[in-house]
Amino acid sequence: MTATSGRRAEDGPEGETAAEGAPGGGVLEAEVSEEGAPERDPAGGATPGRNEVYVPSRRRIERERHRRGRARRSTAVAALSTLVTAVVLYLVVVDAPGWPRTKETFFDASYAREAFPKVLDGLWLNLRLFAVCGVVVLLLGTLVAVARTLKGPVYWPVRALATAYTDFFRGLPLIICLSIVVFGVPALQLQGVTTDPVLLGGAGLVLTYSAYVAEVVRAGIESVHPSQRAAARSLGLTARQTLRHVVLPQAVRRQVPPLLNDMVSLQKDTSLVSIGGAVEAMRSADVIVGRSLNYTAYIVAALLFVALTVPMTRFTDWVTARTDRHRGQGGIV
Amino acid sequence: MSETPVPGGPLLRMESVRKTFGDSVVLRDVDLEVAPHTVTTLIGASGSGKSTLLRCANLLEEVDDGAIWLDGEEITDPVTDQDAVRRRIGVVFQAYNLFPHMTVLENITLAPRRVHGVGRAEAEAHARELLERLGLGARAGEYPDRLSGGQQQRAAIVRALAVRPRLLLLDEITAALDPELVGEVLDVVRDVKADGMTMVLATHEMGFAREVSDQVCFLEDGVILERGTPEQVFGDPRQERTRRFLGRIVEAGRL
Repeated sequence: MTATSGRRAEDGPEGETAAEGAPGGGVLEAEVSEEGAPERDPAGGATPGRNEVYVPSRRRIERERHRRGRARRSTAVAALSTLVTAVVLYLVVVDAPGWPRTKETFFDASYAREAFPKVLDGLWLNLRLFAVCGVVVLLLGTLVAVARTLKGPVYWPVRALATAYTDFFRGLPLIICLSIVVFGVPALQLQGVTTDPVLLGGAGLVLTYSAYVAEVVRAGIESVHPSQRAAARSLGLTARQTLRHVVLPQAVRRQVPPLLNDMVSLQKDTSLVSIGGAVEAMRSADVIVGRSLNYTAYIVAALLFVALTVPMTRFTDWVTARTDRHRGQGGIV
Repeated sequence: MSETPVPGGPLLRMESVRKTFGDSVVLRDVDLEVAPHTVTTLIGASGSGKSTLLRCANLLEEVDDGAIWLDGEEITDPVTDQDAVRRRIGVVFQAYNLFPHMTVLENITLAPRRVHGVGRAEAEAHARELLERLGLGARAGEYPDRLSGGQQQRAAIVRALAVRPRLLLLDEITAALDPELVGEVLDVVRDVKADGMTMVLATHEMGFAREVSDQVCFLEDGVILERGTPEQVFGDPRQERTRRFLGRIVEAGRL
C-alpha cells in the first residue's frame, strides 16, 4: 500500500496538473482527476468504442515493474536463507563427534543395495493391504457415519453403538489395537477364525481407521444444509433416497481432502502390521537389521514409504485446490 | 384414502391448524380452502406464518393440532404415507434449493426417475421440453452455480413441475432475486397458472398477487385475518389491520 501511494506521488506531474482545477480537492477528487488524465489515450479525442486498442497506462506499467522487483527480492532472500540453513545443517551433522560411525551404520551403500530388493518386495504387501483396507475403511466408515446421523427413537441402539464404536477406536492407540487383535484373537483358539497376521493386522487397521473416516464423513453429512433435505423430501424422495442421492454425494465431495489425508496415513500405517510378523517392508528391513546390526535397511524402507506417500499427498493437494477453485472467487486473498 | 375425492370439492383444505415452535405460536387457528385450478396468495408481514403454513401443507412440518386434507384425503392422519403425499405436491423455495452437485437436467429428472420410476430418456425429454418452454433450453447441462438467480429459480420451478404435481406451493420465490430478475420468474408463474395448475403462494409482490390471484389471504399473528378476492382485499379491506399493512406496503412503494 505504502509503495503504491509512493509511486502515485512520483506520478505527480500529470495528476497534479489535472487536480489543480479543483481547489481544496481531497484525496478522492485527486484520484478521480487522475483517472480522467489523458495519459491512457495519447492520441486523445477518440471516443472509446469497441475497436479501441487497449494501451496499458503508465500507472499499470509502473505497478507491474514494482511487483516484479518485489518478487525478485523475495526470491533472492528465500534462496539465500535456504542455502545458509543447508550449509549450517550440513556442518552441524558432519562435525558431530559420532558422525563417522552414524554414517557407517545408517548410510552404508552396500547394505542399501542388499536391502532394496527385499524391502521393495515387502512393500508390495503394504500396497495390497492398503488397497483392500482403504476400500473397506471407506465403506465401513460411511456406514457408521450414517448410523450416527439416523434420527428417531427407533434408531437409538444403532446410534449408541455407532457412537461407542467411534469414541472407543478413535481413542485407542493403533499399536495397542493391533497388538490386541493380532495376538489376542489367535489366543482365543476359535474354530474357523484365521490366525494369519496379515489378515488380523488388516482387521485392526480397519477397526481404527473406520472410526476416523466415520467422523470425517459425519462432519460432511452435517455440513449439508437442511434446506437440501427439505427440497429432496418435497420432491417425494424417501429419507433413504435423500441420503443416497442428495446428502451423501455432497458430504463426501466436501470431505475428499480430509478423507485422502486419512488414506495417506493408512498407507504408511500398514507398516505396523509387522508387529505380528507379517513380512512387509518394515519387517523385511527388520530382518536385515537384526542380522547385520546395520540400520541402513530402515533408511531404505523409510525412503520407499515416503516415495509412496508423496504422489498421494500431491493428489490430495490437487483435489483440494480444485475444490477451492470450484467454490468460487476468493479474490487475491 | 379415508375419503374419496369429492368432485367439485376443494383440492386443499385446512381446518383449525395450529403449529408452535417452542413457546412461539406461529399458526394459531388457520382455516383455508383452495379450489382446483385457482391461485391462492398468502400475504402478511414477515413472521406472520406464511412459510410455516406452506411447510405444513407439504408435511415438512408436523402440525400440532387441526387437520389438512388433500384431494379429500386427510394427510395429517398419522397413518398417511407422507412420501406419497409429498409426491403430489411441488414446492419452490425462496432460496431455490437446487442440488449443487447435479446439473440442471439431473436436478429435474431426479424425482421423476427415482420416485416415479420414469425411464431416463422419457424423464429427460420431458425435462428438456419444460426447460425449453421456460427459456432455459441451453442451460440443461450447467451446474446451478453457473446460472443467475432468476435462471436458478426458473430451473427450480421446472424441477417442481416435472413430477406433474396436483398442487404447487411457492414460498416467496422472488424474495432473493434482484429486482430486474423478478419479472422473468413471475412470467413463469403466469404461464403455469394459464396451464390450470393449482397454486398457493406466499409473496411480498403485492402487484403480482393482485393480478394473478383468485383468492388472497392476509395472515397476521398466526390466523388468516381476512380472505377474499384480490379486488376486495386490496381495494376495500374489511379489517383495520389489513388496511394498516397495505398502507405500509404502499408507503414502501411496493403496490
